[in-house]
Amino acid sequence: MAEPILSAVGVSKTFGGFVALDSVDFTVHRGERVGLLGPNGSGKSTLVNCLTGTLRNETGEIIFGDERIDRLSTHQRIRRGLARTFQIPRPFASMTVQENVEIALLYAAAPAGLVHQRIPHGAGPDDAMHILEEVGLHKKADERSGALTQVDLRKLELARAMAAHPRLLIADEAMAGLSTGEVDEILALLLRLNQAGVSIVMIEHIMYAVMKFAQRIAVLVAGKKIADGDPQAVIANPDVQKAYLGE
Amino acid sequence: MDLTLSLLINAIVAGILLGGFYAAVSIGISISFGMLDIVNIAHPAFIILGSFVAYTVNLHLGIDPILVNFILSPAFFLLGIAMYRWYYVAFERRGRESLSGLAFFFGILFIGEVALLLIFGADYRTVHAPYIGPTLEWGAINLPLRLFVPFLVSVGVVIAVQLYLTRTFTGRGILAVSQNPVALQLMGANPQRIKAVAFGLSIATAAVAGAFLIIIQPVEPSIGREYIGRVFAVCVLGGMGSIPGTLLAAIILGVAESFTATFYGPSWAPAVSFGLLLLTLAVRPAGLLGR
Amino acid sequence: MGPLPFLGAALASAAAVFAAGVAIGNEYVYFASYTVAQYIVLATAWNILGGYTGYVNFGAAGFFAIGAYTSVVLHKTMSLPLLLMIPIGGLVTGLIGLMMGYLTLRLRGVFFAIATLALAIVLHTLIINWSFVGGARGAYIIRPREVMLFASYSQYLFAIMLLLAALAVATARWVERSRLGRGLAAIRDDETAAECSGVPTLKLKLVATTLSGFLMGIAGAPFPYYVSYVDPAGAFNLAYGVNSIAMPLIGGMSSWIGPLIGALLLGTLQQVATVTISSSVNLLLVGVLLVAFVTLAPNGIVGLFEKARKKKSDG
Repeated sequence: MAEPILSAVGVSKTFGGFVALDSVDFTVHRGERVGLLGPNGSGKSTLVNCLTGTLRNETGEIIFGDERIDRLSTHQRIRRGLARTFQIPRPFASMTVQENVEIALLYAAAPAGLVHQRIPHGAGPDDAMHILEEVGLHKKADERSGALTQVDLRKLELARAMAAHPRLLIADEAMAGLSTGEVDEILALLLRLNQAGVSIVMIEHIMYAVMKFAQRIAVLVAGKKIADGDPQAVIANPDVQKAYLGE
Repeated sequence: MDLTLSLLINAIVAGILLGGFYAAVSIGISISFGMLDIVNIAHPAFIILGSFVAYTVNLHLGIDPILVNFILSPAFFLLGIAMYRWYYVAFERRGRESLSGLAFFFGILFIGEVALLLIFGADYRTVHAPYIGPTLEWGAINLPLRLFVPFLVSVGVVIAVQLYLTRTFTGRGILAVSQNPVALQLMGANPQRIKAVAFGLSIATAAVAGAFLIIIQPVEPSIGREYIGRVFAVCVLGGMGSIPGTLLAAIILGVAESFTATFYGPSWAPAVSFGLLLLTLAVRPAGLLGR
Repeated sequence: MGPLPFLGAALASAAAVFAAGVAIGNEYVYFASYTVAQYIVLATAWNILGGYTGYVNFGAAGFFAIGAYTSVVLHKTMSLPLLLMIPIGGLVTGLIGLMMGYLTLRLRGVFFAIATLALAIVLHTLIINWSFVGGARGAYIIRPREVMLFASYSQYLFAIMLLLAALAVATARWVERSRLGRGLAAIRDDETAAECSGVPTLKLKLVATTLSGFLMGIAGAPFPYYVSYVDPAGAFNLAYGVNSIAMPLIGGMSSWIGPLIGALLLGTLQQVATVTISSSVNLLLVGVLLVAFVTLAPNGIVGLFEKARKKKSDG
């Protein structure tokens, strides 16, 4: 097994009196495809938000690469190679598809600095088109991103994440609400990304996709991790089945 | 009794009385902003509108100002509903509340002030009521009736609103909407109708409080601006939507302002509310009794 | 067109307007045009934080006034030429913008907006209580009797404000098209997504508040010489606050053209209305137009043009 690229140890987060995450350990190894499952309200989104820095974890450590990142702001984590897509796509609605990707190229992939006009090497419009080709959106490069279809919005989410040249991508319900054919499209994209060396965490409710994709599955229920291991074994675990199907 | 101690005690008492009034003025914002997330910074415009309505009727018909505004409160309530409908159709429904909604209410605030200026001019206006003038004396404590009567009525209004929100069906609906509008929809209730009622209530309380204002002090159109700071300071300090919190925060503000006015001069008073607001936002944005 | 050629064009336009003004030679023309040019600067400045970044500033009057009062302080303590007072005023207000941003930008946009209003009122109260600058009674600033190269001081002020307007517009356009401007647009569209695309949102927002504050301050710096008598009521006039929001909104907030159009149209309209009707009615007009546009045409005049253009090319 390759060494870990992301290690969350003992991560907790409470909101008022409500414990959203209770000392959760979560590890991703280099090049791995991990599924993160759990019923609604189990803390998956909270965990993702703590990993990316949208929320601050109260206890525990988050280590990415060989660096502790839980004190860093979100954009700093993104620049170090952590990427995420959103459950409900969040395009920059006033910009075209291409401009959306260019934001990530200009900021996540580029060196620090404030105003310089000169587009950094590797972030030119050609590079944006290249990424759009990878996800199949190149024909819509000049369209207003606010008017895209669901599946195209999700591809745009992925394109933006890819433009950041991530080492690890967290795909938060990237396939929710899509048809089977569309699910397969996104799945193929994620697999290609993984083959290019990107470790991927897939949060999904679509079991077909998870079972096809994941090498390992972790399950969160009510803020605690109750299972973590081989997909078939985890699915067969009676605690997991109870959590999903109820008593 | 030592002059400074007497001054201090009376400053505190005046502050508490003023605070009660500030609570009545602010519960509307606790509802519209604290609970419904509508940034109605035009709220003070409705307070001043209430003051001028009370003034006009009191001037021509001699009826007690507080009574006038209570009688007219259904009209203010309907005005609030109309405003909410406008806001909903133009902004909330299209998801543009943040920037455009703010600019909208700012425009309304501005229009309100200038319209009143055009109609009534920039002079200070006062009303006539038997309790403006006399002061109750209780030992070393002075209770000016022009502060004391509005204080009593204000506290009554605050209690009434809290009872309404916690004991009636619609009131509880408002609390539910503020916490979880989606769940409400799933239960078959219409959040838009409930929000309209809530907003109507917020405007009605503002206008009624306007009558208290013109009893406490003379009013001219531009003093509404001072109240932006006060109502939002009270709302935020009180915990955004907590009615008891609003009362507590209002009294704290009242005492702070009274102190400042007594010992540093009244020209510093406007800065107190805004200063308190900035401080709260910087240090404890959840307020005292926040969710 | 690159930023420098555009600056050249802007300066040339300003020079042309100046020449036209001189040709007419009427003091009132300088007076009215100065006001419009001043609003171009204010509206453009506001829009960098408002239209580009999505954060509403209700306290433009405060920044404007501090620019003016910095000149008052400098006038009373040393004899600096106006051309030096302007950047100093801008630096002071830029710093205030930075501090305000630092304290409040971590909060939601709504609280930022309220905080800007709070700041304006706090500044107003401070100035009212500061006797050195005359407190509530105000201060008199004696204009220099004559000035090199210009026929009158009014003409000189007119030229300066035109210059500042050209600089402000050129700066806004440069920001809009730069990497900074794209980052600001991302923040405006979706701050969380921007952060997750690597945009250092806090840093960029601070740049926006500082730059916006700086430009508003330089709009205010020549004001004492323009009016000769500065008092808090005049400097902190709500009209500045409302106009700096209404003009970009009516003109169109997404580009540098909007505030320019808004300031030209609304500024001229107000000059006409003040003279023909009254100054209060003119303010009412601004308020009504603001509310009408934000309800019906939120993308402003520029937005209406774009819509018409799209219809033509589709139809």
